[in-house]
Amino acid sequence: MKTFLKALLGVWMVLVIIGAFTFVPPARGFQVPALARIMIFHVPQAMTATLASLLSGVFALRYLMRRKIIEDMRANAAAMIALLFWVLTTVTGAVFAKVEWGAYWNWDPKQECIFVLLLIYFAYFALRSAIGDVHKRAAVCAGYTLFAAVSVPFLTYVLPNAPGIQTNHPSGVVFSMDGMDSKYKLVFWSATIGFAALAWWIYRLSVQIDVLTSAAMARLRRTGAAG
Amino acid sequence: MKSVGADVKAALLWIVLLFSAMSGLSRTFVREEEIGSADILRLLGTPTAVFAGKLVFNLGLMALVELVVAPLYFVVLPVPMSAGRLLALSGVLVLGGIGMASASTFVAALISLSSGGEGRSALFFVVAFPVLAPSMLAAVQATFAAIAPEAAPMNALHNGLVMLASYDIVVTTAAFALFGTVWSDA
Repeated sequence: MKTFLKALLGVWMVLVIIGAFTFVPPARGFQVPALARIMIFHVPQAMTATLASLLSGVFALRYLMRRKIIEDMRANAAAMIALLFWVLTTVTGAVFAKVEWGAYWNWDPKQECIFVLLLIYFAYFALRSAIGDVHKRAAVCAGYTLFAAVSVPFLTYVLPNAPGIQTNHPSGVVFSMDGMDSKYKLVFWSATIGFAALAWWIYRLSVQIDVLTSAAMARLRRTGAAG
Repeated sequence: MKSVGADVKAALLWIVLLFSAMSGLSRTFVREEEIGSADILRLLGTPTAVFAGKLVFNLGLMALVELVVAPLYFVVLPVPMSAGRLLALSGVLVLGGIGMASASTFVAALISLSSGGEGRSALFFVVAFPVLAPSMLAAVQATFAAIAPEAAPMNALHNGLVMLASYDIVVTTAAFALFGTVWSDA
């Protein structure tokens, strides 16, 4: 069953990529309509990254309430996925910004936000690597995750939407009724499911690796102390 | 010599304030861990009391830094001043300073638990900067609106002050709520 699902995911993503390049029509309302196909990758990646960020915050909160080290491993894995998908979102966004706005990086409010968001994740992993003790590290990282989580909304919602700030980034296209035609919708939501499944698979694997590594380390310490 | 624009002056002011305040703010808890008095604080004080004490000290330090740095800064890089602009600027400095002090007090507590040794102050900057970034962006925009109202967009000062105040409230509340879980566990 598991092998079948993995194979299915592989075929699914191949179909999404082929569909994105051949099946969907060029999008209206962009500088180069044919190149707007990158939206089929950019937006699902951003959605997956948002989900992974939220998940990481939930696990951090659960660690602080239960003090089980597995919750910290889950939060860490989710944060890794979130960073990976935020980087992908940034890169695909920059490629399309070159086409649409004329330069890879324009310091549009959305780009300022993603820049600080990436810094927050880099700081998270820097903080993680600086603390040796497992329980101390888990508590500090969970505290930092939740502290960053309350300051991020200022960045992503308050600041770009303040009056007098202009962003060129379109919004509300995906969930509006006439935003995309049926072919676009089909491939777009297939891509979203594909990326989310891929993220979930990576997440599960990295939690398993963490669990196995810490078990192996514990055994090594025990035998080392005995011998 | 050509004079720099008000936007550059607003941004520079906060860079100067950030770097002059941070070196003091980052030492808050590290010093307690180094001389070993942190464990006594854990035994004798509730986490809320410890954090409140550190926060009050840092707010005082921040006020002192702003009182020294801001007048000197505007002596070196003068801007046209009036009573109204001075009042607006003081409001921005007070609200921006509160956010900077309370966010960095919490980050300093996190850093003091790391086994970084001398690398701690570098780590402090890495961790504190992204958390402070939203309030710094708002503070720069509000400072620009305060010293050059004619060039700023409509309501920029009001929006900036509201954003700084809400950031202060949210961050201080979160710091008080989270400090206990991080501090007593170590």
